[in-house]
Amino acid sequence: MKYVDEFRDGTLARALAQRIAEAVQPDRRYRFMEFCGGHTHALSRYGLVDLLPKSIRMIHGPGCPVCVLPIGRIDMAIDLVLKHNVLLCAYGDTLRVPASQGMSLLKARAQQQGGEVRMVYATTDALQIARDNPDRQVVFFAIGFETTTPPTAFAVLQAQAEGLSNFSVLCAHVLTPPAMSALLDSGTELDGIVGPAHVSIVIGSSAYRPIAERYRIPIVISGFEPLDLMQSILMLIRQVNDGRAEIENEFTRTVSRDGNLKAQDTIARVFEFRESFEWRGLGSIAHSALRIRPEFSVFDAEQRFALPYRLVADNKACECPAILRGQKSPEACKIFGTVCTPDNPIGSCMVSSEGACAAHYQYGRHRQEVVS
Amino acid sequence: MSVKPDYSRPLDLRHGVVEMAHGAGGRAMQQLITELFARHLGNEFLQQGNDGAVLPAPTCGQRLVMSTDGHVITPLFFPGGDIGSLAVHGTINDVAVMGARPLYLSASFILEEGLPLADLARIVESMARAATAAGVPVVTGDTKVVERGKGDGVFIATTGMGTLPDGLDLGGARARPGDAVLISGSIGDHGIAVMSQREHLRFDSPIVSDSAALHELVAAMLATGADIRCLRDPTRGGLAATLNEIAHQSGVGLLIDEADIPLKPAVAGACELLGLDPLNIANEGKLVAIVAAGDVEPVLAAMRAHPLARDSAPIGTVKPDSRHFVQLQTRLGGCRMVDWLNGESLPRIC
Ligand code: SF4
Repeated sequence: MKYVDEFRDGTLARALAQRIAEAVQPDRRYRFMEFCGGHTHALSRYGLVDLLPKSIRMIHGPGCPVCVLPIGRIDMAIDLVLKHNVLLCAYGDTLRVPASQGMSLLKARAQQQGGEVRMVYATTDALQIARDNPDRQVVFFAIGFETTTPPTAFAVLQAQAEGLSNFSVLCAHVLTPPAMSALLDSGTELDGIVGPAHVSIVIGSSAYRPIAERYRIPIVISGFEPLDLMQSILMLIRQVNDGRAEIENEFTRTVSRDGNLKAQDTIARVFEFRESFEWRGLGSIAHSALRIRPEFSVFDAEQRFALPYRLVADNKACECPAILRGQKSPEACKIFGTVCTPDNPIGSCMVSSEGACAAHYQYGRHRQEVVS
Repeated sequence: MSVKPDYSRPLDLRHGVVEMAHGAGGRAMQQLITELFARHLGNEFLQQGNDGAVLPAPTCGQRLVMSTDGHVITPLFFPGGDIGSLAVHGTINDVAVMGARPLYLSASFILEEGLPLADLARIVESMARAATAAGVPVVTGDTKVVERGKGDGVFIATTGMGTLPDGLDLGGARARPGDAVLISGSIGDHGIAVMSQREHLRFDSPIVSDSAALHELVAAMLATGADIRCLRDPTRGGLAATLNEIAHQSGVGLLIDEADIPLKPAVAGACELLGLDPLNIANEGKLVAIVAAGDVEPVLAAMRAHPLARDSAPIGTVKPDSRHFVQLQTRLGGCRMVDWLNGESLPRIC
């Protein structure tokens, strides 16, 4: 715990807050997006916004893996369970994402028909389940950014090495840099980006260079600890003040320029780009997601069960698209906190505590004006 | 001609398992009751072997308090306790935090076919130890057996009964702005101890459950004569749930200070690892007290003098707030809301 405490020290935080307050220029606005859901969660959980001057606005980005999962992909997973009777293994938060017709994997699990849904903590759990149930089809529902991709790739290689023929992967892995570009193309006005921590460990800080150059925007890669975030915000302010648009790395204790080459290699061995992929909220983005290479098609659940992908529109009232693009904040949604709550999420931003709406509901509602 | 006494082979507590017959109302069930339940839990009421226990009525000036709780837990045994001790402590605490003196317990067992009798014996013995230590006997009970696959080893429902003097009324609706919020020790120990034993999680942790009977602590606190508005044990849903309940019942807000909440480093570390908030983690031997501002000193002194509450601390105050929000001053100096946990406590993935 010693290590962690160092990054949560109240005195240090106040000193940093002081330096931030001194650094901001009175006539400037600073609109920063924390791309990653982990940062959204940390900002909210530690109440960091209270320590920042009013001229800094933090905008929650789309980097929360369950928030960007389109309804159609969850529908595929539900079909696997209800129609193909598979034993589906998924990460916790995935179970609650709302799908078509009021369904979710949790609701599918509660039904007495079809296969089974199990929550797992790691791909290795899913592999073990496949070994323990040789007479059942076991599918791992793989979601997430570059952080969770290497373990999925390893699982596919492991399954191949063991000849685990009842194991396959429903792949919905997505990529960070194309999403950042799409966001900036869509007209979201930003003065700086707090770059992801864990994702950058894999892809390295240089992966953002084209973005910083093309859009002339400062990017600072930040750790998940509250003091990391504050330090990164300070670095962004200085870049803005100086008119720089560089990639800076606050998280040098783990992120390198080139990232984890071995992990990148493994990813490239097992996966290839999809021509395009539908993101919840951001629409279709070219080369923004991965699929399993044809050499490994026996481990691709989409192939094995001939699953079609169907585009499903989001709930009309849901403002997630605008929120994920940083153009609206959760309170702007008419059904926030009334129809849509973490217990009954309508949009995906309300599911994981990393989602903008859930984070605001859980941690930030006290800042809202009282309306009666 | 002499009649031979019935002979039945004693229960095989080493290798035997629970069978459907143990719940069928015949000789097998009778045997389970006498050789296991009555043997360990035995007392004058249970010994009578009737369908119910006949208990003395409370004396004048006393009212009855009754509370019931179903206990289901995986795994059945965890560091610091098991489902048996938990079923005793949990219900005693529910009665105690009403301000009452717990007197009697009932216990209803739902056993799953195939449960090793050795495990059952261990649970019943532990239950008996907990009840004896607390001085609260199990005076009536019941056993049912369900088919394999339809239970989770053992479920135990316990009901507790106690007496409450006239004029003493504690309740979640009595918190008033200005009151202080106290906690009797570190949070999250029970939940983390249990989680550390779960099959798919299993991690090494020195943490043991805080499962304990709190009625004597409560009695010591009440004996100060201080104005205690409300006591509550923050079990499922953790401190966050309890504080939200009180805020809603009383129509007030609460402001607590993160730096003041006792938290063991090992619990903090495990929560960090699993992406959980210690405020949401269950406790089984802690209580939250809402106390009138002027009476904090004596109550805190009484708490700290009790072995189960040495680390007691004031953690916040009651505020006027029409939205009934619980807010937390973070260690870093920011402020955030503390909400009820939604759905299951699911670890985050990245
Ligand atoms: S509150 Fe719910 S419906 Fe509204 S934008 Fe957020 S997730 Fe979508």
